[in-house]
Amino acid sequence: MKPCRHSWGVKPVLNRFRLEFPSLPGNVGLARVAVAAFAAQLDPTVEELDDLKGAVSEAVTNAIIHGYGNSPEGMITIEAVLFGDAIEICVEDGGKGIEDVNRAMEAEFSSDPERLGLGFNFMRSFMDSVQVDSAPGRGTRVVMRKQFGPRH
Amino acid sequence: MLVLDAAGDVLIAQLNGEIDLKVADELRRGLERALDSYSIRHLVFDFEKVSFIDSTGLGVILGRYKRVAAAGGRLGLLGLCPKVRRVLEFSGVLRIAEEFASRNEALQALMGGEASA
Repeated sequence: MKPCRHSWGVKPVLNRFRLEFPSLPGNVGLARVAVAAFAAQLDPTVEELDDLKGAVSEAVTNAIIHGYGNSPEGMITIEAVLFGDAIEICVEDGGKGIEDVNRAMEAEFSSDPERLGLGFNFMRSFMDSVQVDSAPGRGTRVVMRKQFGPRH
Repeated sequence: MLVLDAAGDVLIAQLNGEIDLKVADELRRGLERALDSYSIRHLVFDFEKVSFIDSTGLGVILGRYKRVAAAGGRLGLLGLCPKVRRVLEFSGVLRIAEEFASRNEALQALMGGEASA
């Protein structure tokens, strides 16, 4: 997979960070808190921060469960970039990939009865845009963007 | 993460902290064990101490709802802050559950199998 290239029109890159961790269930919370702490410098509302946490949680959970089939042996990378008043979050795994991305993004498509199949719906409801790039055997990359509301 | 309290045929499950993939299996096992051990008809989740829940956590709740609903039981919810309410609403859980203002209200409505309507 090509490296994640971050650009957003004329918006300047204010800050960026990259975090790499193994596909352990306990790291879902780590990823959530790390992205929220990073985004806090833009002074988002509590609700906006909750949206970011929710979206990151879904993307990292998908990487662990679907990408790596719950194996703790995989690595997950998160990159987040602040563009002025907006954030781009890129969650990438080197797992088994998705054969049919469009189908995977449909509501209530889940390969496991214990799971809602709402992961991508949650991401889309929390963020302004969600892009998924994946191919079987080549991992999955989810790029999510959110523009924060105007500050008073 | 989970404090269980059975009153009659109602199981009140108080969830604590962040309900995500890290705790999902343990939560599922704890709830299943309680449903296996007691004669439970209705299930009430108390969210007052929940600081975060995602679709994985909601999956555990819906899975247990299916079990009690199949036996004619009802699902109750308590202590919803706006953040938790939003994800419950979005996932459709609010539509299938009854929301109560307190434990007492939940127990009064559910115990003994009386209809609330």
